[in-house]
Amino acid sequence: MITINQLSKKYKDSEEFSVSNIDLVIENQEIFGLLGPNGAGKTTLISMLSSLIKPTEGSFTINELTYKQNKNKLKQIIGIVPQEYALYPSLTAYENLFYLGSMYGLKGNTLKQLIEQHIEILGLTEFLNKKILHFSGGMKRRINLIGSILHEPKVLFLDEPTVGVDVQSKNAIISHLKELNKNGATIVYTSHHLNEAENFCTRVGIIDHGKLICNGKPSELIKQEEGAHNLEEVFIAKTGKELRDYV
Amino acid sequence: MYKLWASAYKEFLLLIRDLGGMAILFVMPLILLITITLIQNNTFKTIKDSKIPILFVDNDKGSVSQQINKGLTSTNAFEVINKASEQDAKDLVFKGDYQLAIIIPENLSSDLEIKVNENVDGILAKFGVEEELEPSISKKNKKKEVKLYFDPATQQSFKSSVKNGIDRVISGIEIQTIYKAFEAQLSDEPSAEPIFDTNSFISFKEIVPESAKNAIPNASQHNIPAWSLFAIFFIILPLSINMVKEKSQGTFVRLRTNPVSYATFLGGKTIVYLGVCIVQFILMLLVGLYLFPVISLPEINITGKLPLLLIVSLFAGLAAVGLGLLLGTVFKTHEQSAPFGATLVVILAALGGVWVPVFAMPKFMQILSNISPMNWGLNAFYDVFLRNVGFSEIIPEITLLFLFFIITTTIAILYNEKKIAV
Repeated sequence: MITINQLSKKYKDSEEFSVSNIDLVIENQEIFGLLGPNGAGKTTLISMLSSLIKPTEGSFTINELTYKQNKNKLKQIIGIVPQEYALYPSLTAYENLFYLGSMYGLKGNTLKQLIEQHIEILGLTEFLNKKILHFSGGMKRRINLIGSILHEPKVLFLDEPTVGVDVQSKNAIISHLKELNKNGATIVYTSHHLNEAENFCTRVGIIDHGKLICNGKPSELIKQEEGAHNLEEVFIAKTGKELRDYV
Repeated sequence: MYKLWASAYKEFLLLIRDLGGMAILFVMPLILLITITLIQNNTFKTIKDSKIPILFVDNDKGSVSQQINKGLTSTNAFEVINKASEQDAKDLVFKGDYQLAIIIPENLSSDLEIKVNENVDGILAKFGVEEELEPSISKKNKKKEVKLYFDPATQQSFKSSVKNGIDRVISGIEIQTIYKAFEAQLSDEPSAEPIFDTNSFISFKEIVPESAKNAIPNASQHNIPAWSLFAIFFIILPLSINMVKEKSQGTFVRLRTNPVSYATFLGGKTIVYLGVCIVQFILMLLVGLYLFPVISLPEINITGKLPLLLIVSLFAGLAAVGLGLLLGTVFKTHEQSAPFGATLVVILAALGGVWVPVFAMPKFMQILSNISPMNWGLNAFYDVFLRNVGFSEIIPEITLLFLFFIITTTIAILYNEKKIAV
């Protein structure tokens, strides 16, 4: 379970809070979608929860653990799929995954079997010993995902895991994530694909200007918003049609 | 420990997959070493074997100018080319066709003889051997100037050595003339046996340390330690670039979310890049041992010195890796790390005495050179290579190199911790 209390983040060079006073509880085995326009604060919130940046104010616990007290223990139970591919292009898929798995203390046959198992599920067996350099965007996204789930994390954070991939890769990624969730993983993910989120998430939260505007089951949010027939219409109604460019 | 091994293995794979980078890492320092040694060795040979063509304008046409010409020729350093006109010689030198022109003034021989005779007569007169001379004669005899024209591009060090050489030849001629004048005054028979032994009484002899008698330092003995150290420190460039690359491709961000310490991450890099430093050094030694004799360069002598040389290279490598880790931690882009790293190595090499010996530097720079890890490394290498010392004598230098590694790595770890605070 993730418990977030009054969590805020203000960057040194910014005048405004990127994330402001967020209170949220994400239950075990939920698939929570964090939705919002560009610059809304999604990545900042995920980055705080995955220990990449320190909060300015507030606190949070993941399975009752905090970074201050149980940094390594906490890192061991979470998995982070970053927005970037975060892979070594000159290494093969196997070498990349071997290294990433080793960083979680996995070794020997256990690690080898885990790699082969995930690679097979995501349809990359024949490319296992090929360099990442030659992989398509979709293949890289799938390897990126495997690198974060080899250690079977209890909580998985995904920052736009299906951005820029073909429909087939997207389906493979989503089905695998559903399988992981079925096996007990809590998933927190950000996306701009509202249709995907509507079908995939058990609950979504819409964040804008650093604040959590609303959260609930997709079907409930659609019902609550007058005239809305899908999540995208709810999203537009909550965040407006104004373009969100930021630097 | 397992994570450290896995990190090192990953670094090793990254290194061997970049063949171009590997070639640059290992081959370029060897090319540098061979080029520098060939140049320095040839410069040394120039003095001994080959001759620099110089122009000689003899307006004197007397015995002194002949002796100067003969003296210059006999040094084997110059090929003397006679020219009739000072203007022609000057033009050729200033155009850069020749490095130097020497212009001998008119009546140099006769005036020198008059001057010397005057002085000798004066001295003998004091002893009552000769009659006192009229002082007016010496006033007529003005000082003579041998003009030297140098190509403006000629280096100061070359100018100084040529000036010293010519000065020595002229001084010798003056002394010989004085001796001859005395002989002429004191001897009644011109064909009689010489009274004075005109050969130099004082000569130079270089004494080498007892232990180094079988290995008098040559250009290779000097260059291999200096340029090996330069190459070892150049490791900071690929290392810092490697780290900056990890940041730009996002792998570093992922690493920060893994249950692994930054020290382990740096440890993996240290192991591999330290290995590179040692392999680099061994390659340089092999080049000195086997390639240098083939290309007519002096062979190096490492008999009984190999263990100490490897120890010094190990600690110099640690210092270089520490600096690379620090730069890689601090910098965010290649544009920052590459030029800064390259310039820093050159500055450290200059301060360390790789190009100009520390004793020849200005006082302030000599003090500053003490803070260059290259200076510590170079001293340790020279201690082993040229001064034939034992392990205990290199302890101070390798301790400094190790401390440098510890300090730079600690700063890198602390900086990274601080940076996470965003």
